[in-house]
Amino acid sequence: MVDKTRIAKQFIELIPHAKALGLEILEIGNGEAEIVMPYGEHLVGNPKTGVIHGGAVSALMDTCCGAAVMCHPATPPSTATLDLRIDYMRGATPGQAVRARATCHHITRSVAFVRAEAFDDDPDSPVAAATGSFTVG
Amino acid sequence: MTKPHPEPVQVVKQRRDAALRALASCVPYNRFLGISFDRRGDELTGVLTFDDKLIGNPMLPALHGGVTAAFLETTAVMALSWEYLWDDFESGLIDVAQLEAGDLPRLPKTVDFTIDYLRSGLPRDAYARARITRLGRRYASVHAEAWQDNRSRPIAQGAGHFVMPERADRDDD
Repeated sequence: MVDKTRIAKQFIELIPHAKALGLEILEIGNGEAEIVMPYGEHLVGNPKTGVIHGGAVSALMDTCCGAAVMCHPATPPSTATLDLRIDYMRGATPGQAVRARATCHHITRSVAFVRAEAFDDDPDSPVAAATGSFTVG
Repeated sequence: MTKPHPEPVQVVKQRRDAALRALASCVPYNRFLGISFDRRGDELTGVLTFDDKLIGNPMLPALHGGVTAAFLETTAVMALSWEYLWDDFESGLIDVAQLEAGDLPRLPKTVDFTIDYLRSGLPRDAYARARITRLGRRYASVHAEAWQDNRSRPIAQGAGHFVMPERADRDDD
């Protein structure tokens, strides 16, 4: 199991787009993952306010959900997104990192189901929430 | 009484293309991903220019799902903004020079966006178009589709809800 977590971590760290976003894995294992995306000028969606673009939050959510699937004990360590829904609750505070936490809460022979939430420095008010399904095997 | 003479075609094109360019390129994240827009009349096509940093699976290789999601959402927001601001660009109420200087008008906000991944995105350019299914005073619903080599084989489709900026001078629904 530890080995699978290591493979998943290595794989995610090799993703060129994850590198471009500066993603860093904080925690991974047993169908759960936590990934942080540092604030960056290139991620800004509104130059007037400095708020991060929703698309960057989507990319973080997608990566974090995929990581949760890959490290689930019942899956081979490879997956692809089937669908992903993101709810944007509020703009992330400019200058703050966004942290996503995903849980692969159910898995069948062909599909993994995932839920995720994203926060900035305020732990009481999520920035975004996501639900997704991913391929297995 | 004579009809007013139509504007010369270059003037019309120059104004619309400059407005579109300014609207797309003043967003840093669009520049980071390499998203631009083509225009035919009021129809927009998003263009995602391929770059190695857009890869999500280096083994296949394939575009990152998050990139495809962001591309669809950006195309949807741009289609909505374009429709919403068109009259103001045409009437000169929004000055393109001001827009180019980064003085953005208020834009639609995404409430939620759902993406269906239909095929793996190949390491090459992608295109997207959005269709506004409803544009109300407060809310809008938009559908978007992205493809690469073949228009009839989309790589992803998305649908989302948006909150429109409040405006005193418009209360039609």
